[in-house]
Amino acid sequence: MSQAATATISGPFAHNTNTVQRTMFTVVLALSPATLFNLYLFGWPSIFLFAVTIGACLATEAISLLLAGRPLWRTLTDGSAILTGWLLAMTLPPWAPWWIGVLGAVIAIPLSKQAFGGLGQNLFNPAMVARVALLVSFPVVMTAWIAPHPLFSDHSPSVQQSVAITFGGEMPDGVTAATALGYVKTELSRGVPVAESLTEYGRDTTLTYTPDLMDLATGYKPGSLGETSAVLILLGGLYLMRRRIITWHIPVTVLGTLFVMGTIFNLVDSSRFAPGLFHVFSGAAFLGAFFIATDYVTSPVSEKGQIIFGIGVGLLTWVIRTFAGYPEGMAFAVLLMNSVTPIIDQYTRPRLFGRTRKGEPLPIKVSP
Amino acid sequence: MKLFPIRGGIHPDYHKELSGECAIETLPLPTRLYLPVQQHIGAPAEILVSEGETVKKGQLIARRQGQISAPHHAPTSGTVIAVTEVPAPHPSGLSQLTVVLEPDGHDEWVTTLPEPIADPFAVPAEVLAERVADCGIVGMGGATFPSAVKLQLGIRHRIDTLLINGAECEPYLTCDDRLMREHADEIIDGARIMAYALGAGRIVIGIEENKPQAIAAITVAATAFPQLEIAALPVKYPMGSERHLTLAITGLETPARKLTADLGVVVHNVATARAVYQAVRFGRPLITRVVTVSGEGIRTPKNIEAPIGTQVNDLIAFCGGFAQRPERIIQGGPMMGTPLPNLDVPVVKGTSGILALTAAEINDRPSDPCIRCGSCVNICACGLTPVELAARIRHDDLEGATKLGLLDCVSCGSCSWVCPSHIPLVHYFNYAKGALAAQDREQRKLERTKTLVEANTARQERLAAQRAAARKPKAAPGGEVSA
Repeated sequence: MSQAATATISGPFAHNTNTVQRTMFTVVLALSPATLFNLYLFGWPSIFLFAVTIGACLATEAISLLLAGRPLWRTLTDGSAILTGWLLAMTLPPWAPWWIGVLGAVIAIPLSKQAFGGLGQNLFNPAMVARVALLVSFPVVMTAWIAPHPLFSDHSPSVQQSVAITFGGEMPDGVTAATALGYVKTELSRGVPVAESLTEYGRDTTLTYTPDLMDLATGYKPGSLGETSAVLILLGGLYLMRRRIITWHIPVTVLGTLFVMGTIFNLVDSSRFAPGLFHVFSGAAFLGAFFIATDYVTSPVSEKGQIIFGIGVGLLTWVIRTFAGYPEGMAFAVLLMNSVTPIIDQYTRPRLFGRTRKGEPLPIKVSP
Repeated sequence: MKLFPIRGGIHPDYHKELSGECAIETLPLPTRLYLPVQQHIGAPAEILVSEGETVKKGQLIARRQGQISAPHHAPTSGTVIAVTEVPAPHPSGLSQLTVVLEPDGHDEWVTTLPEPIADPFAVPAEVLAERVADCGIVGMGGATFPSAVKLQLGIRHRIDTLLINGAECEPYLTCDDRLMREHADEIIDGARIMAYALGAGRIVIGIEENKPQAIAAITVAATAFPQLEIAALPVKYPMGSERHLTLAITGLETPARKLTADLGVVVHNVATARAVYQAVRFGRPLITRVVTVSGEGIRTPKNIEAPIGTQVNDLIAFCGGFAQRPERIIQGGPMMGTPLPNLDVPVVKGTSGILALTAAEINDRPSDPCIRCGSCVNICACGLTPVELAARIRHDDLEGATKLGLLDCVSCGSCSWVCPSHIPLVHYFNYAKGALAAQDREQRKLERTKTLVEANTARQERLAAQRAAARKPKAAPGGEVSA
C-alpha cells in the first residue's frame, strides 16, 4: 500500500471514546473484586506471587519491545501485558514459588504473544499457554492447592514466613488441601462413586480443610489464586457486559454447555458423573467463561461464532474433566477452541446486505 | 406504522442541539458567488456566459450536457467577472471551471423563468420531469444525483412507493429538520408532485424520532392527504442510507448491484422535495439551499438559506466566525462528509453542512493494533467483516477483499467510528475501491490495445495475402483464389 493512501483524509470525523487502553483497564477493574478477595484469602504469599507475575510480564514485554525496536511506552501502557499477567496469576496455585510466575511470564509474553507479532496477532491465549506449559512441566508445584489462610487470621503466614514460601520455596506442612474437582477425580480412580465422594468431600477428616456448601458458593475454598469466588467473578463479568466490553454469548454458552452436559450424564449415571451445578461452580468455570474464553484476540469476532466457540469450550472442559487425566480442563479447552477460531470466523461471517449466504445478489422481490 | 429492523448501526453523539433550535436565516447577498460547472454526479454543465456579461437572477448560465447532468442558474443578478478555474469543495483541492459572479445588489429576477404549473396533477409526467431537469435540481441530501433522472424511473420500472428521506441521521446536521418544521406544506406538495410523476400510489416520509417537532409539523401538513404516511424511525446511524431506509420502511432488501427502483421504491430527500415544489409551482430554479453551519469551532451555529456559490468564508463570518481553532472544516456531516482544503471554496447544491470541528470533537488518535474485538463486525449495517477486509487490503489482496464484499460497503464510517484501536477502516476501503477502479481502467485499456493490435495484425495479414495473390496469379489455377 502506497504512502499517500495512509494519509488520513477519509472520514469519519467523529469517533467514540473507547480505546484499547480503556478496554484493558476496564477488564482489570472487573477482575479486582475477585482478586482482592482471593489475595485476602490466601495471604502474603499470594500477594507476592501476584506482584511477581505481573511485574515479570511487564518486564518481558519491555525487553521484547526493545529487541523488536518498537515503541516502548505506548505499548507498555496499553494494559495488555498487565492484563495477561493478572489473568495468568489468577490461574496459579496461590503459594507457588516466584519462578513459576516469572517462567509463566516468559512463556506468555515473549513466546506466546510477541513472537507472533504482538498484541492482536497471537492465535492462542497467552495466559492459558503459560498455565498449560507450567502444568505439564511442573505438575506437583502446579497442583499444590492450599486451604484458605485469610490475612490477619491466626494461621495466616507472617510476612517473613511468606517471603520464605514464595522466594525460598519452603512450603510449610499441613497447609495443602484438595480442590473439589481433584478430590472427586482421585476418589473416582479409587473406585468411589462420585455421589459418595461429593458428600464425603465436605466431611473427610483426613483433609486439612474442607469447605461446606456455603463456602463453595462464596469461594472460601482451595483453588487457584483468583478462581475461587464464583459470585465475585460473576459480579465482574456482569460489569463487563454492562460496559459492553463483552456480550453474553461466550459466558452463557460456556457455563450453559457445562451445566447441560453435567446434568444429562449425571442423570444417566450419578456414580460416574458429577452433577451440572457442581461442574459450573467448580474450578475455573466462572473465571474461564467470563474472562478467559472472552479474550478478544483469540475468540471469534461475530456473535454467532462466539456461540459456537462457547459451546466448544464448555463441551471440551466437561470432556476433559470427566474422561481425561486432569481434574480441570478449562485451559486446555480454551486453547483447543483458540486453534479453530479462524475457521469459525470464516464460516460465521454475517450475510452481506443484498446478497444470499453464498454471496449471490438476492432475487428481486417487489412489494405486494 | 410497522417498521423492519436493520442490522447493526451506531449511536454517535448527535450534537444536534447546537443548531436544532435555530430558525432558518437568509444570508445577505455575498460580494462574490462562485458557481462550478460540476455540482452533481454526471457530465459537467456547459457554460453559456462569458466574462463581462450581466445576468439576472434565475438566468441559465450553464446548460446540461447529456442525460445525466444538471444545468446551473445565476443565484442573483449581477456581472460575470470571470470564468476560470477555482478550487472545488473537494478534499483534493483540485480546481474546476467556475463562473464568478459579482452581485449588483438588485437581486432582479430574469423575465424568462418557466411558467408556473398551476395544476401539476393534470400534466403528463414527462412535463414534470423536464421541469425538474430544467431547474437544475439534484439530490440535496449530499448524493447530488440529478433528480429528473430519478423521476423518470417510473418509465422503465413500476414504482409503487416514494420514500421521502427526512432521517437526517448524520450528527450535527439540522437543515432537513428545520425545513420540515418550517416548510412542511411545501415538502409535502413537492412529494405529491414527485409521486404523481413516478406513478407511485404510496408516499412515506421517514423521520428519525429525535426530531419530534419535524414529525409533528409533517403530520399536521399530511392530514389532508391519505396517501401519505409518516414513519417515525428509530435513531440509529446510518438509517438515512437509501437502501437501509427502504428496508426499514418497506421490509424490502435491495439486491446487490440493483436499484431500489427495481423493487418499486424511489427515495428522495426532503430538501429535494421542496426544490421540486418551487420549480413546479413557481418555475424557480435551484439557486439557494439551507446549510447547517455548526461544530464547536463556530461561534453561533446556524441554519442558513444561502445562495449556491457562497464562499464558506462568508457563511462562517455570518455565524460570528470561529469560537475555537477548528481542527478541520467538513462539508456535509462528520460521518460521511469531506474535509475542505480551505475556506474559499463555494457552497454547492449538495452542501448540507459546513462543520468547524475541534480536535476534541473529532477525537482522532494514532492507531493501535487490532485487538479483534469484533465491534466493527457487529455494527456494520451491510454485514461486512471490516476487520478481515482491512487485513486483506493491507496485504494488497484486492481480490480477496472483493470476495468479502468490499464493493458492498457504503462507506458510512460506522466501523471507523466504533474501532477502539482507531484504525481508519473506511480509508482502507476507499483506497481499495480506488485501486480496483484503476485496475479496471487499466484492464480495459489493455483489452482495447489488444483488440487494436489484433485488428491491425489481421489487416496486415490480409493485405500481405492480397499482395501475394496479386504477384502469383498463376499459382492457383482454376480461379480458386479468393481475395
